[in-house]
Amino acid sequence: MRADVVVIGAGVVGAAIAYGLATRNVRVLAIDGGDRDFRAANANFGLVWQQGKGLDMPAYQQLTRGSVELWPNFSAELADASAIDVHYDRSGGLSICLSEAEFETQRTTLLRLHNQLGGAEADWEMLDRSALVRLLPTVEFGPDVVGASYGPDDGQTNPLRLLSALHAGLLRRGGALRGGSTVHAVHSDGSGGFTIEFGSERVSAARVVIAAGLGSKALAAQVGLDIPIRPQRGQILVTERLAPFLPIPMQGLRQTREGTVMIGSTRDDPGFDNSTTVEAGAWLSARALRRVPALRDTMLVRQWAGLRVLTPDEYPIYAESQSHPGAFVAVCHSGVTLAAAHAALLAEAIAAGRLPPSLDAFHQRRFDVPQAA
Amino acid sequence: MFRKLHEPEAGALTIDIDGVPAMAEPGESVAAVLLRQAEPWSRLTPVSQSKRAPYCMMGVCFDCLADVDGIASVQTCLRPVCDGMRVARQIGKRTIGS
Amino acid sequence: MSRLDLLIVGAGPAGMAAALAARRHGLEVMVIDDQPTPGGQIWRSVEQAARRDDILGPSYVEGRAVAEAFRASGVIYQPGAQLWQLEPGFRAFVSRNRQAQVIEAKAVILATGAQERPVPFPGWTLPGVLTVGAAQILLKNAGQIPAGPVWIAGSGPLPLLYAVQLLRAGGQVAGYLDTTPAGQWRAALRHLPRALCASGDLAKGLSWAAMLRRKAPVIRGVIEIEALGDGRIETLRYRTADRATATVEANTLLVHEGVVPNIHAALSLDCTVAWDPAQDCYAPIVDRWGESSQVDLFVAGDGAGIAGAKAAQLRGELATLRVAVKLGSTSEDAAAVAARPIRRKLDRELAVRPFLDALFRPRPQVFAPADKTIVCRCEEITAGEIRALASVGRPGPNQIKAATRAGMGPCQGRQCGYTVTRIVGAAQNRPPAEVGFFHIRPPLKPVTLGELAALHQPAAP
Ligand SMILES: Cc1cc2nc3c(=O)[nH]c(=O)nc-3n(C[C@H](O)[C@H](O)[C@H](O)COP(=O)(O)OP(=O)(O)OC[C@H]3O[C@@H](n4cnc5c(N)ncnc54)[C@H](O)[C@@H]3O)c2cc1C
Ligand code: FES
Repeated sequence: MRADVVVIGAGVVGAAIAYGLATRNVRVLAIDGGDRDFRAANANFGLVWQQGKGLDMPAYQQLTRGSVELWPNFSAELADASAIDVHYDRSGGLSICLSEAEFETQRTTLLRLHNQLGGAEADWEMLDRSALVRLLPTVEFGPDVVGASYGPDDGQTNPLRLLSALHAGLLRRGGALRGGSTVHAVHSDGSGGFTIEFGSERVSAARVVIAAGLGSKALAAQVGLDIPIRPQRGQILVTERLAPFLPIPMQGLRQTREGTVMIGSTRDDPGFDNSTTVEAGAWLSARALRRVPALRDTMLVRQWAGLRVLTPDEYPIYAESQSHPGAFVAVCHSGVTLAAAHAALLAEAIAAGRLPPSLDAFHQRRFDVPQAA
Repeated sequence: MFRKLHEPEAGALTIDIDGVPAMAEPGESVAAVLLRQAEPWSRLTPVSQSKRAPYCMMGVCFDCLADVDGIASVQTCLRPVCDGMRVARQIGKRTIGS
Repeated sequence: MSRLDLLIVGAGPAGMAAALAARRHGLEVMVIDDQPTPGGQIWRSVEQAARRDDILGPSYVEGRAVAEAFRASGVIYQPGAQLWQLEPGFRAFVSRNRQAQVIEAKAVILATGAQERPVPFPGWTLPGVLTVGAAQILLKNAGQIPAGPVWIAGSGPLPLLYAVQLLRAGGQVAGYLDTTPAGQWRAALRHLPRALCASGDLAKGLSWAAMLRRKAPVIRGVIEIEALGDGRIETLRYRTADRATATVEANTLLVHEGVVPNIHAALSLDCTVAWDPAQDCYAPIVDRWGESSQVDLFVAGDGAGIAGAKAAQLRGELATLRVAVKLGSTSEDAAAVAARPIRRKLDRELAVRPFLDALFRPRPQVFAPADKTIVCRCEEITAGEIRALASVGRPGPNQIKAATRAGMGPCQGRQCGYTVTRIVGAAQNRPPAEVGFFHIRPPLKPVTLGELAALHQPAAP
């Protein structure tokens, strides 16, 4: 078997790249692991979000803004390609503040971010409680809610539908998908291409993209890239279906189009462990009820944990190997938000065979440089 | 759909199902009483609003969900009746307070 | 509350027997159960149902003495309590009267029994379609039977027993659709001698079948059923292996294709399970005492593989013996001696299983519903939707769940889990043992955000 490009990993990052390649008529094969693999793509919260992101890394702020801008078109084209509606709403998004101090911190952070970007228009505003109530008259906020920051460009999607749509779109645009196949080896084939091995099978490709989430570290090492990534556990709750009451998502609390309410998410570091804890569930519930107390009698249907794919500065790594040209790595947190950029800009670059200067800031060599004191 | 084998005796009690009084006996489940009514169903599904009635009676299907004394999504096959209980069939997606 | 010696989940035959044994060993033991009274499924409402003893028969009445002894034993018994999460160590999170509590215990016995095997067919979600088990529970709990003639479709001892009980109670059977594949008795035959030596139950079964044949039409070799109606079942269509389809009027249809262990609690703690080809289900792997792959976590009764009420009691006793050894209230040697007669009885109980399993092996259609059939009752996902995705990219059941929502509703995949495994297996030509099952996440039973939030201690994450 032969492909122009093999993408290892068909989570939301790998699938977006593979889909983008297929729409560019590249012969692409995406290879994905087993049913119980750690799969952030199936565990995330589904926000398409730019508000508050990218402190001290303007390139990331740019990338995120660019992706959010692409999302309306991206989701429409994806719906065409896959016949799956990914439930994207550019509804605006809220970050609720539960004290005056939180409100002030949020304002300062957003201001600082805005200054770092320089020149661009503000993509947020601070709403006091009465403005918030005017914006969301159907929600009865808890007494601790003092206000929120509001980002008009933020929004939400159904991440499970997104992943299905990327897979279906990939196939319908002529790409191939091979699931249940854990890749254990990637190496040069001696003539400028690569051999990729899984199970007892092997495929060759002119280029290879490693986008295997937490599985990427071991594979990248085989093409001479040392990528420092680690898992961070995030736990999420989801409730039974409710009649629509929350048209605008909040960070940590949103209602899906099906009607369920998602409540997220915690951050801790137990390693490669995606079990859930009641402690986290209790904390998440308590926090949600401070925002919207009427959720008190709502039934929890499921609690789960996913593992975030984090680099030391929590920003993405996009890199081409120096020792193995043609081998790329793409790992990141916020792969949902960035899916539009991955399917466009990143797929374009990989099709062309080199990453553009706008992505230089994301090379993993930034972690090799000793930090000046 | 179902009928009792015996006449209710002393100790019979009354529950209210969507405004209609229904005879019940101590110890039996709300779902059992629902299945004796002229309208023997418990809910409309939140997905397609189709009618469902208690199916498994052992807590594993969740088709017997109804509102009991103001609390929605109660598994009525696991809930024993008590006098004056108010049961409302659950219609599609539930709403939250105000 | 201080840490208990033993927490038992389930107050059926296994749970009660385990609890009684624990009290004999002086252990501090709590039993929680989601039913309002002890007895489990077989002895449901046994404390209150005296007037129906004639209908329900001696093996039901037996339970009353057990329940009485259980009540008097000094166990801490919490009825109406639902276990929604179990954390290693053990911390059990339980809701009762809409209040969540934490129960800590050194050892846990899961005695959560079995549920009826889900049997998806077109129309199985219509009001008026119930399981045979459900109808029997209604008889035990409320003394009620279907108001008119009822259709019974299925295979196994339970539908026969219920039909007989129903007839005794003055009910009517419109027809009995026997779905046991013809010729299966041939496969069962080689297990017959062992079964005969062991048990008088077979004779009972034969007499039930004879009584049923006298009182109701019995149609054999039924391979497909479909319920039709608007808002409730009105007609029933069925097809036999050798004849064309028949359509009949129906007000109530009861279905049953055997039972499978309740494994959700065990799965949620990642206990290793194995596929049992004879019973077409997963069961936790346990040692001869019932201890699972998780230390100090035991599974007793039908939850560890279907074997019936008597075996369940014996397995409950064995589990407690081992717990007593581990907690130092009896010696290894004493436990070994005490276990001997229990194991002898257990062997006798188990001897009949291979025969029953082979005879009542579910027909293949149970695992391969037609495309239009709803498989996930909660999310209303059809077999066709699952099948379409199952052949793209070799997904497993959890990927199917994510892509279709099958298994995401409140029943937590209890009604669709096996069907999803089977459809995936058929589409990919893989045996169910290899395909696997849903990753079971909490809550095991419903809990409200308010209950959960009440457990929050402000110092947490
Ligand atoms: C709790 C939580 C909440 C989140 N919320 C958001 C949010 O609101 N918005 C947002 O934009 N992002 C969010 N994210 C982040 C987002 O989910 C991730 O950025 C994204 O899923 C990462 O995608 P991925 O494809 O790199 O990894 P994954 O989705 O984890 O996929 C990795 C894939 O690689 C496969 N694989 C691994 N090893 C191999 C191998 N050797 N061979 C073949 N295949 C292999 C696996 O099978 C898997 O399918 C959240 C994440 C978490 C955990
Ligand atoms: S009838 Fe099935 S859960 Fe109540």
